[in-house]
Amino acid sequence: MKTNDIQPKAPIFTLAIASGKGGTGKTTLATALAEAAGIPVTLRDCDVEEPNAHLFIRPQWHCHTEQTRPVPQIDQERCTACGACAELCQFNAIAVAGGRAMVFAELCHSCGGCRRICPEGAISDKEVAIGTLDCGTQHKNPTTPINFIQGKLAIGQVMAPPLIRAVKHIKAKETLNILDCPPGTSCPMITAVRGSDFVILVTEPTPFGLNDLELAVETVRQLQIPFAVVINRADSGDSGVRSYCRSNNIDIALEIPWKREIAEAYSRGDSLCDAAPELKQQLHTMLQQIMCVKETA
Amino acid sequence: MKELIVISGKGGTGKTSLTAAFCHLASKLAHGCVCADCDVDAADLHLILSPEVEQSQTFTSGHEATIRQEDCTACGLCKEYCTFDAIIQEQDGTFRVDPYACEGCKVCVEFCPVQAIDFPSAECGIWNISTTRFGKMVHARLHIGAENSGKLVSLVRQQAREIAAQQGAKLVIVDGPPGIGCPVIASITGADAVLIVTEPSVSGLHDFERVAQLCRHFNIPAYLCINKYDINPAQGDAISTLAEQRNIPTLARINHDHAFTAAQIERKTITEYLRTDAADSATSQVRALWETLSQHLNA
Repeated sequence: MKTNDIQPKAPIFTLAIASGKGGTGKTTLATALAEAAGIPVTLRDCDVEEPNAHLFIRPQWHCHTEQTRPVPQIDQERCTACGACAELCQFNAIAVAGGRAMVFAELCHSCGGCRRICPEGAISDKEVAIGTLDCGTQHKNPTTPINFIQGKLAIGQVMAPPLIRAVKHIKAKETLNILDCPPGTSCPMITAVRGSDFVILVTEPTPFGLNDLELAVETVRQLQIPFAVVINRADSGDSGVRSYCRSNNIDIALEIPWKREIAEAYSRGDSLCDAAPELKQQLHTMLQQIMCVKETA
Repeated sequence: MKELIVISGKGGTGKTSLTAAFCHLASKLAHGCVCADCDVDAADLHLILSPEVEQSQTFTSGHEATIRQEDCTACGLCKEYCTFDAIIQEQDGTFRVDPYACEGCKVCVEFCPVQAIDFPSAECGIWNISTTRFGKMVHARLHIGAENSGKLVSLVRQQAREIAAQQGAKLVIVDGPPGIGCPVIASITGADAVLIVTEPSVSGLHDFERVAQLCRHFNIPAYLCINKYDINPAQGDAISTLAEQRNIPTLARINHDHAFTAAQIERKTITEYLRTDAADSATSQVRALWETLSQHLNA
């Protein structure tokens, strides 16, 4: 065994790749890290609104399942239109009118409250489709294949979090989980990042990048997860992100330069490790350091 | 009055840079325009428009559960009933609500056998009405992890339309959020037109397809702009072909230009930063896009 092999002590280590701003390179980094890890990895694409990691991983798919969530279904024979369900529902997903209870499934958060409160037992769960879960494997490196899982939100579906939770909950035997997270700082991002051992915030050195990085830093600090920053397209833009990190004691784990070759490789769906092989070792070292930080923490 | 929403599906394609330039160009219309930023969880338009806030209000929506420790018997029923994994049992056996996971459904409050859970209103964010060099702007900030982003988006749009009606402005320009979920749906429903800004990459194509389906699902006329076109023209053309099949006209192909970043650093729109009439300049390409888009909006 080489000395630089990653040997996580924890049974499972979960690393979330997130950012405030979209388009900073989360997917590029998440897929490149999975390839550079050198140990078996499960890569989970939690950006269920716009899942892109599969375009770079190009896995061999081996399972595809419809994902559903429960919404209420009312047995009109039993319903007395008492209104208890509508009164409890905080999302206006049930209304009682003309002696009947009606369900507006798209507003439902699947909390199950109506079913529990109905005195007549007239409400049951009906499963509605919210998207799909796909699993596959990338065999590019035969000794360390990448186990790949993604969620894909159905068009017109409002709520991503239930599907993100499903992507995270699938069991895998690999010791390292890498999560490609959705952008922003609201429910989808939090649902994805929550419970991780470490977060990498990917940013770019521009005013937009800095503004959204500050929001993302505030978010992971409130979630109390250790984190570091990766600056993508590092030689474009200005010095704002670097001074912010310096004055807030934030570790910059890696800088990836702007290169036309990298942008072009990305546009074709080629891996960062192939477009810039010199980065592969740096990515491996960064991962090693991050997982060691956790061990000593 | 017309309402134009700029979205992208994929983040980082240049939505905000283009929206800011449109705000600049539209400010010269009679009665001006009103700008709104509906990317409420990572808003950036203010960095270019430098708004002076005139009115700021908190946005309260929904409720949040909190357990009163002195009354809690630690029976664990709330944890069992919560479908959001929002109830956490601490090592000492006590229970608490994780405010970032709580969706405010009230189930724990309702079913707690000893009524030990309070349910106060949740302050989810702030919203502002501001003045900029291009006219009025409505913008907001959702608190971290807060719920109800869709409602805040709807509020921002409604305020922008009201201001436009008051001042007689014919146009509201909205910077939309990325993705296809809740805040995007709240941003585009009922709008007059959507401009989809994409980039010529496999991700750009994939995300364009999903966002185009979303526009069709809600029956909103959509137009396409391919930004950073020269990074991969073949991929850009593939997106245009797909768009054509979906009756979405490609209004512009804008080349990659570091001037967009340079303009952003100076807090300027590209049309302010790069003052040139050279036909192949980013400014000319953006101006031409705006003229075509205006014609479609007024048609």
